[in-house]
Amino acid sequence: MSMALFRDWLLSDAPESRRQAACGRAYRGWLSLRHNPLGMAGLLTIVFLLVVSLGAPLLSTQSPDTQHLTLRLAPPSAAHWLGTDQLGRDLYTRLLYGGRITLGMVVAVVAVVAPLGLVVGAVSGYLGGLADRLMMRVTDIFLSIPQLILALAFVAALTPGITSAIIAIALTAWPPIARLARADALTIRDTDFIAAIRLAGASRTRIILRHVMPLCLPSVIVRITLDMSGIILTAAGLGFLGMGAQPPMPEWGTMIAATRGYILQQWWVPTIPGLAILVASLAFNLLGDGLRDVLDPKQT
Amino acid sequence: MTEPMIEVEDLRVRFGTSEVVKGVSFAVPRGASFGMVGESGSGKSTILRALAGLNPNWSGRLRLAGMALGPRRDRAFFRRCQMVFQDPYGSLHPRQTIDRQLSEPLLIHGIDGIDARILRALAEVGLPDVVRFRYPHQLSGGQRQRVAIARALIAGPEVLLLDEPTSALDVSVQAEVLNLLADLQQSRGLTYVMVTHNLAVVSHLCETVGVMQGGEMVERLSAADLRAGRTRHPHTAELRALSTELEEAPA
Repeated sequence: MSMALFRDWLLSDAPESRRQAACGRAYRGWLSLRHNPLGMAGLLTIVFLLVVSLGAPLLSTQSPDTQHLTLRLAPPSAAHWLGTDQLGRDLYTRLLYGGRITLGMVVAVVAVVAPLGLVVGAVSGYLGGLADRLMMRVTDIFLSIPQLILALAFVAALTPGITSAIIAIALTAWPPIARLARADALTIRDTDFIAAIRLAGASRTRIILRHVMPLCLPSVIVRITLDMSGIILTAAGLGFLGMGAQPPMPEWGTMIAATRGYILQQWWVPTIPGLAILVASLAFNLLGDGLRDVLDPKQT
Repeated sequence: MTEPMIEVEDLRVRFGTSEVVKGVSFAVPRGASFGMVGESGSGKSTILRALAGLNPNWSGRLRLAGMALGPRRDRAFFRRCQMVFQDPYGSLHPRQTIDRQLSEPLLIHGIDGIDARILRALAEVGLPDVVRFRYPHQLSGGQRQRVAIARALIAGPEVLLLDEPTSALDVSVQAEVLNLLADLQQSRGLTYVMVTHNLAVVSHLCETVGVMQGGEMVERLSAADLRAGRTRHPHTAELRALSTELEEAPA
């Protein structure tokens, strides 16, 4: 099938199958994201970061942990593209491998937080009553504690490390998602199309899973994408404070913490991981804004 | 005389402290259509929602084909009794294709032959096959209302509750949908309970009309009497005068 034919198939206003209708819908979303330059910039940056960190062994011949004590704090050169750190490790290589840790933490947190927040919010909003009040009070408790403080306290109580950092961040990131999903579910609950599906005899589980949640999803996706930059910053912050990834892991926040004393003489050593954090969190923010324009349910 | 399809006896509905429906009784024979007219807030839609099982806070007696109905309904009830809503823009799920919305009742009731049934249902309400995989926002108001009717009928109910099914549509489409409803009633032997504020619509479709005012049914009369102006209650006369003023020629 040629490209033009495929395009027509996607944009047909008389789709012939469920799959075609769904693909067409996704393609229209993609088209509107493509016309949003900032959103696209965010998306491309994230894809670039993902590719680069996954392909780290191919893009760098060196090991992130090999030390060259004779070559400490070297400026960028042909052998070490971004210079070396305080133990003579190649910064470029460490940056690539660090992306794996940072993005991996983001993915892990989102994988926990998105379903949890969505389920709690949709169930609580749709059922209302006592279930709603109970779940929302629990959400309030988590919301009332500042994110980094709760994460710090949690990590300090456990052993510092990546797993604890992921759990701690996830613990503090789900309540806003649940709130958002609940607000959507509250408005969806009283619509005629939900009344119609109740009249079809659908069970509550079926209504929540198949009819309410899909409508809560767009705002949750947007919120999660915008939150990802916060997750990156918290992960780096925990690393910087020595509560997240531990040396010698090449986590960006940990890398800054270990080399912050050299900021005046060898400024590039702590600056480079800092820039990586900035770029990654900015990219997620831009993508989130772009997605908001595409997924806004009020538009279609 | 067989027992009526729908019996409503002394139905009372309250929202908080205010009683919205104050002891309404009526019965609809099998295959007949009963219309309720009245101003907004007179409680007519509330009666319909109580009948449909959407609002459990009522007292009184409701019966479907002689079977008493409780506040919570089971799947068998929903198989027999369906509802069409007023706003065709709000009664279809915005993110599901027509196909998905029509197959959902079939999946829930475990009815097979979904593909054939959907195509038949679309044909029955006069929609072309191409709309099957469209989303509601790709359809016109009249088409959406036809989809809503198809969805209500797809599991083969005996009773259709119509909540102002045409008032959100423009006049030419209104007539089409009313004719469709009349045809479907004939071919399927459906029992209708319709709520409307439009006397022309109600006398077009229903043999018997109940007039609602302030939560009470103040008069029950035949559509012929209503058309001829043989009214007994002043509120009926009032409504009639108002509608003849607004529309040159009631159907």
